Amino acid sequence: MAEEKKKKEKKVKEVKEESVEETTDAPKEKKIERIEPQDVFVSKQISSIIFSVLSAKTIKQMASAKIVTPELYDKEGYPVDGGLMDIRLGVIDPGLKCKTCGSKLKECSGHFGYIELARPIIHIKFVGIIMNLLKCTCRDCGRILIPKNKIDTATAELDKIEQESGLEARRQHLKEIISSLKTVNKCPWCKARQQKITLEKPTTYMENEKRLNPIEVRTRLEKISDEDLELFGLVAKHARPEWMVLTVLPIPPVTMRPSITLESGERSEDDLTHKLGDIVRINQRLFENINAGAPEIIIEDLWDLLQYHITTFFDNAVAQLPPARHRSGQPLKTITERIKSKEGRIRHNLAGKRTNFSARTVISPDPMLGLNEVGVPMEIAMKLTVPERVNEWNINYLKKFIKNGPGKYPGSNYLIRPDGKKKKLTEETIEASLEEIQPGYIVERHLLDGDVAIFNRQPSLHRMSMMCHRVKVLPYRTLRLNPAVCHPYNADFDGDEMNLHIPQTEEARAEAEILMEVQTQLISPRYGLSIIGCVQDAISGNYLLTKGMDFTRPEAIDLLASAGITDFSKIPRKEKINGKEIFSVLIPEDFNFTGRARNCLRCQSCKRDKCEHDAYVKIQDGKLVSGIMDRNNLGEGSGLLLRGIHKKYGKERTIEMLSRLFRLGIDVLLRVGFTVPISDTDLPENAVIGIKETLDNARKEVDELINLFNNNKLDTFPGKTLKETLELRILEVLNRARNKTGEIVAKNANKKTHTMVMADSGARGNLLNLAQMASCVGQQAMRGKRIDKGYKDRTLSAFKRGDLSPSARGFIANGFKSGLNPSEFFFGAMTGRDSLMDTALRTPKSGYLYRRLSNAMQDLKVEYDGTIRDAAKRIVQFSYGEDGIDVSKSEGGILNVKRIIKTVGG
Amino acid sequence: MSVFTEYKNKLPKKILDEIKEYTKDLSEAKIKKVLEMTLIEYEGAKVEAGECVGIVSAESIGEPGTQMTLNTFHFAGVAEMNVTMGLPRIIEILDGRSKLATPMMEIYLNKDHSKGSDIRKLALSIKETLLGEVISELTVNMADSSIELKLDSEKMGDFGITEHVVNEAIKNSIKGYNVRNNKDSIVLKAKSKEDGINQVYLDKEKIKKVHLKGIKGITQVLPVKRGDEYIIITAGSNLKLILELDFVDSTRTTTNDIFEIEKVLGVEAARQAIINEVYKVIESQGLDVDIRHIMLVADTMCNSGSVKGITRYGVVSEKSSVLARASFETPLRHIINAALIGEEDKLNSVVENVMLNQPIPVGTGLPGLVTKVKK
Repeated sequence: MAEEKKKKEKKVKEVKEESVEETTDAPKEKKIERIEPQDVFVSKQISSIIFSVLSAKTIKQMASAKIVTPELYDKEGYPVDGGLMDIRLGVIDPGLKCKTCGSKLKECSGHFGYIELARPIIHIKFVGIIMNLLKCTCRDCGRILIPKNKIDTATAELDKIEQESGLEARRQHLKEIISSLKTVNKCPWCKARQQKITLEKPTTYMENEKRLNPIEVRTRLEKISDEDLELFGLVAKHARPEWMVLTVLPIPPVTMRPSITLESGERSEDDLTHKLGDIVRINQRLFENINAGAPEIIIEDLWDLLQYHITTFFDNAVAQLPPARHRSGQPLKTITERIKSKEGRIRHNLAGKRTNFSARTVISPDPMLGLNEVGVPMEIAMKLTVPERVNEWNINYLKKFIKNGPGKYPGSNYLIRPDGKKKKLTEETIEASLEEIQPGYIVERHLLDGDVAIFNRQPSLHRMSMMCHRVKVLPYRTLRLNPAVCHPYNADFDGDEMNLHIPQTEEARAEAEILMEVQTQLISPRYGLSIIGCVQDAISGNYLLTKGMDFTRPEAIDLLASAGITDFSKIPRKEKINGKEIFSVLIPEDFNFTGRARNCLRCQSCKRDKCEHDAYVKIQDGKLVSGIMDRNNLGEGSGLLLRGIHKKYGKERTIEMLSRLFRLGIDVLLRVGFTVPISDTDLPENAVIGIKETLDNARKEVDELINLFNNNKLDTFPGKTLKETLELRILEVLNRARNKTGEIVAKNANKKTHTMVMADSGARGNLLNLAQMASCVGQQAMRGKRIDKGYKDRTLSAFKRGDLSPSARGFIANGFKSGLNPSEFFFGAMTGRDSLMDTALRTPKSGYLYRRLSNAMQDLKVEYDGTIRDAAKRIVQFSYGEDGIDVSKSEGGILNVKRIIKTVGG
Repeated sequence: MSVFTEYKNKLPKKILDEIKEYTKDLSEAKIKKVLEMTLIEYEGAKVEAGECVGIVSAESIGEPGTQMTLNTFHFAGVAEMNVTMGLPRIIEILDGRSKLATPMMEIYLNKDHSKGSDIRKLALSIKETLLGEVISELTVNMADSSIELKLDSEKMGDFGITEHVVNEAIKNSIKGYNVRNNKDSIVLKAKSKEDGINQVYLDKEKIKKVHLKGIKGITQVLPVKRGDEYIIITAGSNLKLILELDFVDSTRTTTNDIFEIEKVLGVEAARQAIINEVYKVIESQGLDVDIRHIMLVADTMCNSGSVKGITRYGVVSEKSSVLARASFETPLRHIINAALIGEEDKLNSVVENVMLNQPIPVGTGLPGLVTKVKK
């Protein structure tokens, strides 16, 4: 109850003129009774919130104090009665009791006060609508300037506009109707002549050069009838126009503007309190001057000053007004600034909240962990706790945790008594607590292996960015995870940090386990394929294994045992066992699959299992008959092997198999050794000569082109200038040369080197990377062109003006191994910086797009009838994606009909 | 086929068609078995009630956004013809912008013309030619407030424009002048001198923009061979006028301007255009996003009956909940407008309930107890 009430009042405080009413009809109140005495508070659910403008009467009714003095504290430092820190408005000092509700600090959510304004003040946020009302109604009788016979048609027209383009368009159009009726000058009801009204920003209304003071404005607004208001799209019950001109000002409770006590004992007040102090002070002065019968000019000046203070109280960023400032010169943060923007109340505190029971630290890999495990450092495990309720059966088990206390693992940090009191366990209290504990108590015990935890890495762009893992308490000080789950988190280990949350209730734990655990997230809802697969070493290991490795029987058993296999009956009964047979042990007996490896050339007529490249992957009855396992079949997001296993055997067996595959791959590499020496990029002499020749030829060719260009003999491409043609031709020549050197490298590279193994298996890198290391880095391009920026007519001062040769325009003829010369290095740095900038510009853009998308579509859900509807129950789709198939349950977005037909036998 | 009729309402047409195609040479009993098994799998693969598909779609499109490039992509062959691709294009489509950075059309031709014999002529006939392009010299004579333009006869030949056409065009679009032809120049003399020299200067600029021939908005044309037929790719777009041409295959010709499609062909077509355009970008970036997500985005955009962008002025402003709108952008405006009409927030979507610490009505927060709990 307290919680809801606080929320309700908070809204009122902030929005000021809008009250938020809680509709608390009796049946909507939910009372939940529980046996535990701690839970006997009434819990309420808010079913709706109505927004409206506060009337002067309501402001007085909801106020619990009238504020009359700008003083805050008396000599003893006690809040002054009738001051802004009046304790009837709530308490912010420990020890004091609220005079209104009698509760103490943190229990009392605060109460409103009010001040009587000496003169009415225009509310800055309603300036526009007041202007509209003044312009469109008669200055004498207050009726709308539309003749009686035309009101009905106008209403219909306006209703239509409102439906199409909203309220603001309606108000705009009303003005247009009135000006088109030519009744602006004469009221059709009382025939009074109308004057031209203008707005002198921000808050002054002028009628024919004469100032219309807020009192007059208010009397005019009072005259407008409720029916006429409907034409403006106003609802009189919630927003009478005269309420928009303030006669009383609500004072927000002190709890929303607490003062801070500095070390020196000095008090530093909140920005709002400062502003309110100004308002009260000026208001008092205005009162005194009016009562003393001061000259009109002085009163007007004070009135304007009061208007300024109240305006900046609501909004300190009004265009025409200088912002109110602190003595230090920094602008005050008033109500609008508190609500607005990312750091404002709505996005920072209401739509996003902080949490307890969470941890964050650097992550590091541990392939020996299960896919759904997370290694938690002991230190964290002793800080994060899981509440466990004591009952007859677990009392002795829980006593062990209490006995260990907070300092010894596995211990416990807090004890919660049935009345909800939290008791910290310390060395001294352990004994007493052991005596005290009985069923109904809750023990907050340390994390244990197997507890559920939610693991998360920002940016959380996916639902796979927050998955549930099982805790495994480990030594050292980093969070550990299996490298195979890096992909869904988009994590690496170059210093990334991740967060860990411990669900605290049974409901939360159940949801985390059933809906968020790693194995339930295997299939990405983005494209319907496995998002978790083997990575890096696991791929190259399995590649080497299935490509042709032989083991003796003891070796094979050793290998499989370290991959986690205990049943060796699937190993063929012979002395020499090849890699494919070892791999087959991991595959379920009745699994069938065909696919293609990465080295498949996509021949016109596939030779199937007779393929000379061993690219036809065939698994028959759980045996890998042919084909090499590489990223196409083991990696994430590709191939249907993992998807097929998931479909047939379910998630549990898939992650089990995946982690075995992973360990198998790593253990293979452990046995054969895997390293990348610089000699991997060594080339035979004739290849080096070949590369040199290719580059020389290319250079010559470019020189010829440049010559032709200089002599104006180059044929231009249609629609291009001569220069553009030259650039295109040169680019083409250089690219051809680079590709050719790449080919030479590919031809001469030793397939057995580990660099090539990585490239071929798809574990990391590609042939291009190798070629760049071994022979030639190639042309550095910026925006699809050769580099042409820098000095006048040249890229670097090392070149001659107008030099168009490859090396002067960003062609790097050296490889990384031979090393780049200074100008080449500089060109490389240029493109590097360019791509860095691209990333830096892209991230916020795509972030904003994502925010807009998720905001627009967050309330779309599947209803029980299968339709997709938004929060207002408007149908968006009759059937999800036209066939109702959930992408994360499909196979790459489709229902695999071919497979079904195959199983039936066709 | 009798076996299929039973499943007509149980399985989507697309799946049934697929089965039909692959089981042509199977016995009826086997087909029946296939259908049975497909139905079981289909039922298992259906979305569950309460699934918040909107968020899933938003994630599926938003997440790969970080991997897209910002660069535009150049069309080989013609200068200055590049197409916005990657993230900027996606943003452009989803914003529902009516002015595109690079409007483009793909014009398919009727059978008689698609073989490519007269493709150049057709392409040129579409291209918009302005008077400014065929003028070699333009002088203003202040003394007698006249404008003299020299025509570039070579270029006129290229574009197939005669002096007569120019004359007519000028007479039709610039009023208040006497037009006289000298040899290869045209002189416009103001009828009255009262308008002054300023007007002449303004008209001088206007003359450059006089439309001579072709279709408005089509600034460049490029005949391209696609498959075994020739098509015309244009920079600039004017769907309405292009579709009226009799050599155009109006069933396949498209533009990338979604607003134009909406105006000419209606929302349903616009929805499909959004799907196609977004999918094209995602595909060209080598990303993998299921079409269902794009469909849902397109459907949200077109739900109100016209194309609305995913912005605070578009889709978000249509939301029923005040707090949901306020939590997106310009919170105060939304709250104040809500207060003016006494709007009620029924709290039946996500953010409002997050704000109030209440269960959200999607997924596991959706079901409630039917049984009355004893008080």
